[in-house]
This record gives sequence, C-alpha cells and structure tokens, in this order.
Amino acid sequence: MTAFAKLFRATAFRLTFAILGLSAVGAGLVLAGVAWQVIKLVDDEMRQTIDAEASGLSEQYDIGGIRRLGAVIEARSRRPGSSLYLLTDSAGEPLAGNVAQMPPDALDHAGFINTIYESADESAPRRRALARIFELPGGFRLLVGHDLADRGRIGAVMIRAMALSLIVFVALAALGALFVARRVLRRIDAMNQSAHAIMAGDLTRRLPVSGSDDELDRLAGGLNEMLARISNLMAGMREVSDNIAHDLRTPLTRLRNHAEDALRGAADPVAYRAALERTIEESDGLIKVFNALLLIARAEAGADRAGMSAFDVGETVASVAELYEPLADQQGAALKVEAARGLFITGNRELIGQAVANLIDNAVKYGAGGVGAAASTRPEIGVTAQREGDMITIEVGDRGPGIPDAERGRAVQRFVRLESARSRPGSGLGLSLAAAVVRLHGGSVRLEDNAPGLKVSVSLPAGAPALPSPAAKAAA
Amino acid sequence: MSSMRILIIEDDRDAAAYLVKAFREAGHSVDHAADGVLGYDLAHEGHYDVAIVDRMLPKMDGLALIGALRAQGVETPALILSALGQVDDRVKGLRAGGDDYLAKPYAFSELLARVEILARRSPKGSPEETVYRLGDLVLDRLSHKVTRAGEEILLQPREFRLLEYLMQNAGKVVTRTMLLEHVWDYHFDPQTNVIDVHVSRLRAKIDRDFDAPMLHTVRGAGYMIRDGVR
Repeated sequence: MTAFAKLFRATAFRLTFAILGLSAVGAGLVLAGVAWQVIKLVDDEMRQTIDAEASGLSEQYDIGGIRRLGAVIEARSRRPGSSLYLLTDSAGEPLAGNVAQMPPDALDHAGFINTIYESADESAPRRRALARIFELPGGFRLLVGHDLADRGRIGAVMIRAMALSLIVFVALAALGALFVARRVLRRIDAMNQSAHAIMAGDLTRRLPVSGSDDELDRLAGGLNEMLARISNLMAGMREVSDNIAHDLRTPLTRLRNHAEDALRGAADPVAYRAALERTIEESDGLIKVFNALLLIARAEAGADRAGMSAFDVGETVASVAELYEPLADQQGAALKVEAARGLFITGNRELIGQAVANLIDNAVKYGAGGVGAAASTRPEIGVTAQREGDMITIEVGDRGPGIPDAERGRAVQRFVRLESARSRPGSGLGLSLAAAVVRLHGGSVRLEDNAPGLKVSVSLPAGAPALPSPAAKAAA
Repeated sequence: MSSMRILIIEDDRDAAAYLVKAFREAGHSVDHAADGVLGYDLAHEGHYDVAIVDRMLPKMDGLALIGALRAQGVETPALILSALGQVDDRVKGLRAGGDDYLAKPYAFSELLARVEILARRSPKGSPEETVYRLGDLVLDRLSHKVTRAGEEILLQPREFRLLEYLMQNAGKVVTRTMLLEHVWDYHFDPQTNVIDVHVSRLRAKIDRDFDAPMLHTVRGAGYMIRDGVR
C-alpha cells in the first residue's frame, strides 16, 4: 500500500472529507440564497423603473397623443442604456422603439413578463428582457421593458465569487484533513510498530504515550496496563515452569533410582515387591506435588474465579479443624477452635478448605512438639475465625519453634522449606498454596510471632469480593 | 462382592487394556469401547452395572455421552475418569449426569472401590433403610443411636456419620478419599492421613471391648466394615 493510499484510507482523513463535503454544500446553499436575494432586488428595481417610465410615457400621451408619444419613444430609444420601448399600431406594425416586434407570448399577458425579444441591434438579435405591455386607445400597444443582461452580469459575478470561495474552502479543508490524518496516522503507526515488536517477543516494550492525555493516549495507556498484566502472568508462568522443572526432577530421579536399583539387585520377589511399593509411593508423592503446583498456578492466574459461590468460612474452618483434631491429639497437641458462624464470603469452599487444612497441617507438623510449652502441659494449637469490620480473619497459631523474622517472607514462597523443616515430610508447598488461594479471594496472609511459636493470620474480604451473589448478601 | 458387568469407555489403548485386565482379575465381566459412539451404543443396549467413562473421547465427548444416555432414560451409574482434576471440572462432570468423578492418575484400588459402591445404586439395590444392622452392631439413623451387643456406644456426630457411611457400604472397601468426600464433603487432598486417625478412634469405640473386630484396614486401599463372625 502506498503512503498516499494509506493516508486516504485513514479514518480521520475520510471523516474530514465527509465534514468538508457537507460544509461545502452548506456554504453553496448560503451563497445561492444571497444570489437569489440580490437578483430579486435587482428585479424589483427594474419593475419599479418600468412602471415609472410607463407612467411618464402615459403623461406624454395624454399631452400630445400618439404622435408625441412616438416622438418621445424615438428619442428615448436612442439613449444608451438597457431600457426597451416599442409602440405598435392596431395592426401590430411597429411605429417607434428599439425593439423589432412585439414578443408573441407577451401579447395576452397583463403584468410583467420575462421574455425574449428581437433587438433592433443586428449583432445580438435575440436577448432576454423583463417587459410590460400597455394597451392604448385606438388599438395601439406600448411595450416598456428592461434588458436582462445587467442582471445576468450580476449573477455571473455571484457564481464566480461562489466558485472561488468554494475552491479556497475545499483547499483549506483538504490541507487540514491531511495534517490531522498524518498526525494521527503517524502516532498509530508508532503504536502499531510497538505492537509488532511486542508480538515478536519483546514483552518489555510499551506503546508510546504522547502526554497530551487525548483519546489515543488513553487507549495506549489502557493497552499498556493490559500488557503489564500479561507480562506479570507470563513471568508467573515462567516461574512455575522453572519450579516444576527444578522440583519435580528430584523426586523423578529418586523414582528412577528405585526402579534401577531393583533391576540391578538380586532377583528376589520380596525385594522386587518392596521396590515396586516404593515406586508407587514415590509417584503418588509426585502427583501430590504436581497437583499442588497446578492448583497454585491456577489460583494465581485467577482461573478458578468462575467456580465461586457464597459459603460460611466459619463453618469451613470448624469442619477442617475437626478433621485435624484427632491427628493433633495423636501428636500430643490440643487443637482449640473458636470459629464464629455466619462469616460469609464469595469463594471456592474447596480451595479455602484446602488452605485452612494446610495451615493446620503445618501447625500440627511443626508446632506440636513445642519448645515453648511447658513439658507438663500439652502444646496448644489455636484456630480462630472471626469478623473484623469488612474482613474475616482466620488465625492458626502454634507453640512450635516459629519462624525467625528474617525468614518469614521466604516461607510463603513456593518450595521453600526452612532449614529447620528439611528433615520432615512434605512438599514445601502447603503455605504457598494457602497464600495463593487467599490471594485469589482478594485476601492476604501474614506470618506473626505467636510468642512463642508461629501465628499465620489470613484476612479475607467479607461478603462478595469478586462476584456479587444474592445468597451472600442475604446471609450477610 | 458379586460379579458386576462393567463397561469401560476409554480411547487410550494401554489404559483400557490395563483396566479390562484388572477388573477381570477382580472377578468382574468387562466390555470395552474405544470411542464415544460405540460406547453409547453399548451402554444403551447392554445392561451394565456400571459404566466407566473417560472424559475426552473421540467421536463423542464423555460428558455428552452421559447426557445422551440420561436423556434416553438409561440410568446405568457412570464414573467419569478425567485428566482434569480441578474442583469445577468435577462439578461439571457430576452436573452432566455422572455419578462419581475420579481424576487421573488414580490408584486402581480407588477406582475398584468406587465402582463397587456405585453398582449398589443400580435399580436392583435395596431402598434406604433407617436402621443398619451388621452382626451385633446396630446403627439407628433416626435416633442417632449405636449399639453393639445391646450396649450403647457414644459417638461424636462425625464419628456417627463415618460409621453410617461404612455400614451403608458394609462388605465393600471404602477409600480414604471417599470418606473425606462423603463424611466431610471435601475433595482436596489432606497432606497427612487425617482420616486414619478418625477411623482408629471409631475402631476403638466399636471394636476394642469386643472379641470379633468389624472395622478392618484393607492394605493399600482403605477400610471395610464387615461382620467378623460370618
């Protein structure tokens, strides 16, 4: 596409031409109106002149009869100007005047008539005129008229003026359109180039913003925000795949080693069986890690938003705590639950349940064999759920070793297992899964000192954070 | 467990061959369809106790297949096997008319246990009873009272529901995830085997003071409650 063709196809350019066309028609109409008024004015004046002359001639007739009238007409006819006279007798023969003969169409006409007359002047015999015919006694007829060449000249001047102003008008508008279209096109081309560069893989590029805060700037700004979100998501995806690559390799290697080891060893059915069992165990572990990773990725991508409905978090916390109570008891800890009811949020009950389960699971795993608790009393794991203003707070506190201040930020990251936890079972995904789920619901997770121990505090927006649900409103 | 007629609709040749072999070894008769249309025809004509339907099938999608069967009045219990294991996928599957949903990869023991319990829901199954009896163990679903050999056993509400579910499926293996689903209504995977502790508490209450244990652990699969005498 040539530059000109492109310019012509530009919306701004075409729009300008449409406006230009409309205003040209408008200007033409105005000018035509003015011309019509001017011609009408000229016409009126002519009629008045004709009437005045006729009454003058009629006075001459009254004074000296037809003879005097003929003489006066002869005299006036010789004067230069555009006045027309013709006096005919009853037979229609011309007696005096500068018109060759009565125009036939004017004979039966009483008032003014726009007609064509035969001029006495040989050079231009047929000319247009405005005329009036008066009947005189004795069958005489008197024509008084005015040549229309003057009026024609005025009309021609007007048309010339109109044409000239239209040409200037169109030229100016075309220049304006060209200017506007080129300006807009240049910016859109720049945006387009950036878009292509981004498509080619350079996700750090952004669309140019001129700073004038016009529509194009706002469009570019909106698209840039979208790009920022996309590149965040991409970074998240990359991180997930890096983690998958890194952290699934280790158990996969172990899995392979078990199988290889069994093949290399003695052909003993018992050993084979044990190796197979270990292999299945290892692969089950892998599946768990994989599922957790997938869940985190989906939660972080906001993909599960569709499956949300209103439910009572208090009930969820209580039921999950109840699920873990015997386990805590078995581990020598007392699980103390204080969960209010009617804590409605809009969310995914399964995911929140899983998150709470992970928190309690961690508390039981790391907090039960407490160092802070006196040896005689059982360490207590406190689980609470309550409303605090617009937020619903879930807290899980243990009496374990806690997490040092400096490491708390790292603890919620994927796969981070702090030194002290290395020797215990687990994928290291529990806390980060809980954090991802909470973020999906628009909430936040804080790790605090439970003095002694660790307290995980989850804040979730009450009511309907993402999708308004009538059930949630009715319940709240 | 009596023999069942099982229809497996699965396009993956290896997976299907494995399932056919494993179910036959478990004493069931098995038919296999490799695509949705063939599967629909078989399910429509044959009287199967259970259909195992892969979610993604050539020619006709698994969910569409179940929907079409239900529309035709075929009420054969259907278990959906799917590589999509997210919560909303499960909901979609059950909404389409599936009776149970199992995400791949699964343990065969889990699948077998679920299929055997699904088959109970066939029309020939007995209506819901209000009192479950198993040997000298009696559970009254209305008064929430449990007795063994006439002695009342006090159970927590959740322990009662655990026992209720086990007795509902007496003589069949019930897996840990099935217990979590039916007793707690959660489908996630608890990181620790919390269910085991609940079961051992229940076992302590119903079995400890009696000679014949009823609540058995089935290694590698789950739990089963049965009358130890017979």
